[in-house]
Amino acid sequence: MSPAIDETRRTIQAAAPAGTQPLLSVSGLTISFRQRGQALEAVRDVSFDIGPGEFVGVVGESGSGKSVTALAVMGLLDPRITQVTGSALLAGKDLLTLGAQELRRTRGRDVGMVFQEPMTALDPVFTVGHQLTETLHAHEKISRRAARERAVEMLAAVGIPDPKLRYSAYPHQLSGGLRQRAMIAIALCCNPRLLIADEPTTAVDVTIQAQLLELLQTLRRERGTSILLITHDIGVIAESCDRMMTMYAGEIVETGPVGDVLENPAHPYTIGLLGAQPSLLTRGKPLTTVPGRLPRQEERTSGCLFEPRCPAALERCARDRQELIELGSAHTARCWRTHDLIGHTTAGGAR
Amino acid sequence: MIADDTARALLEITDAVVEFPVGGRRLRAVDTVSLAVDRGQTFGLIGESGSGKSTLARAVMGLVRGEGTVRIGDQAAESLARPRRGHKRARPAQMVVQDPHSALDPRLTVAASVAEPLRARGTMSRRERSQRSLAMLERVGLPAQLARRYPHQLSGGQKQRVNIARALVSDPEVLICDESVSALDVALQAEILNLLTDLQRDFGLTMLFISHDLAVIAHLADRIGVMYLGHLVELGDAADLLTAPSHPYTEALIAARPEPLPGKARPGKRVILEGEMPSPLTPPSGCPFRTRCRYSREKCAQERPTLRSVGHGSLVACHFAEEIHLQGALRERHPLPALTSAPRSPGTTIGGTA
Repeated sequence: MSPAIDETRRTIQAAAPAGTQPLLSVSGLTISFRQRGQALEAVRDVSFDIGPGEFVGVVGESGSGKSVTALAVMGLLDPRITQVTGSALLAGKDLLTLGAQELRRTRGRDVGMVFQEPMTALDPVFTVGHQLTETLHAHEKISRRAARERAVEMLAAVGIPDPKLRYSAYPHQLSGGLRQRAMIAIALCCNPRLLIADEPTTAVDVTIQAQLLELLQTLRRERGTSILLITHDIGVIAESCDRMMTMYAGEIVETGPVGDVLENPAHPYTIGLLGAQPSLLTRGKPLTTVPGRLPRQEERTSGCLFEPRCPAALERCARDRQELIELGSAHTARCWRTHDLIGHTTAGGAR
Repeated sequence: MIADDTARALLEITDAVVEFPVGGRRLRAVDTVSLAVDRGQTFGLIGESGSGKSTLARAVMGLVRGEGTVRIGDQAAESLARPRRGHKRARPAQMVVQDPHSALDPRLTVAASVAEPLRARGTMSRRERSQRSLAMLERVGLPAQLARRYPHQLSGGQKQRVNIARALVSDPEVLICDESVSALDVALQAEILNLLTDLQRDFGLTMLFISHDLAVIAHLADRIGVMYLGHLVELGDAADLLTAPSHPYTEALIAARPEPLPGKARPGKRVILEGEMPSPLTPPSGCPFRTRCRYSREKCAQERPTLRSVGHGSLVACHFAEEIHLQGALRERHPLPALTSAPRSPGTTIGGTA
């Protein structure tokens, strides 16, 4: 690795808002699964920071490594079959080296998590209220009465109507949207500094999705919670995040402030995802597709992992993998063609 | 009840009603819906879960019983009350559902699944069936060696292609797609949407495309129907309806769709609907949408609005459609860089600027 690239990497590491200490600093995160004596690399050398109160989105197709990254940060991967290297510092404490007990204390108190399917994440045999107070009792010395009050307050804070009534409801008695709000209430009841939300709106209707995204914004604003949002929908990121990362085949291929990335997408995969988006304006025209699929372990070369699917690939791309290169204002992309691509939008003048 | 323009329609649904018994009460999932689709056109039906759009499709397919009629092509209108599931009769309509996996029999090979509708019809020899199925699999972009595999050996996108092949193998006039691309990643979704568009053109298919995703409907549909709580609340030409919606629910659906646009290209203030769709067991009096409508007035609780014309070809079920000013979808898209393998030269553009 050349010194110049080394320098670039350090800059990228510090991509969180200048002047503030990042709340979460993930560095060189590599995750592999052992399967039939073989190591499958799911995430490779992923580094990113999230500042206090920052809303960061990760986008990528299924299998791109975005959920696994979140699970590793939460310490939720089974150590018997996974190997995780690198570090994930939460306010200076490395989450990847914590013991089981410390990890249990951290989860829920310092980091909250919301999953895609609230019906499977909530326990069907306990009331919503029980699951909220259980979390409170696990992390705080709090009386039953105080816990109950806090739980009802929390249900109200996430916009659940009749919170006192819903406190005693079982998950199946709530609609999908309310269940997801209850999930968010549980994740946030101990006031964690970081919330990881993995496809939190994928299973709900669009009008409910809009409500939930607004709720996350409000909670971030009022409580200063940092949020890491994982989604396959760039539109959701455009709607709510400050910064975004595109992941492909376990690597970050583009990262930057949402406005910059959407204005000047600099990696062909990000461009592909944007072009594949149907809309009123694509009527009568074929959508851009990204043909092919994620490379299997044995298909990976020293070249760019996206090269086999990339319509902009050059000869060089099959041989050498580009590092994340800086394009200014914390916008980075892992592509040899990046400067060409950016040149094309501005030169194209099609706006 | 005002029906859609039916002069040249290939598919015509008239006054469809579907009710389910729930604990001694009647749940009206589809309430007097009429629509018509011209030959070779795509009708997009949009609404949230529980709006009745899938139930309507199932009624048309004869999978649930209801009231009203359906007519396809030159056939006589058939009542939705009778079961229409005879194995021997040719089916002029076929359906592709959301979950490509559960729609396939795990014990049948891909080739056998695709040949199944032909076998059920019983008019072809085994050899003919096999030839036709293989040809159809090729047409939907599946390599021949996949024909002998089982569903669990296929990816989600491949499975959905198999479902499309199976739907088209018996040469239907109407293809009903019920959330057929909703379970797929955006890149894969784009591939299947392109495939459906090609197939529609090549086979002259008439499509009823059901989705909760406005973007997908906007891309495909010639005409759009918006459903809420079992009712059709707006019906019209796709571009008109989306750029100048007349029903507050249509406006809310358009606003709720997050657009992947940079800040300066984003629309102004979003309309965010409050609350959720009421239970169809206890529908509100008057207008079904009034409990979530920001324009709701007294009249809305007293009188149910019926579909009526408001100029520019749209039909809308709202008392105050002329008085309220609604925000539509964007007409411009942010340009994307062209992806070509030739550096900085104007070549064939793959990532167009749309």
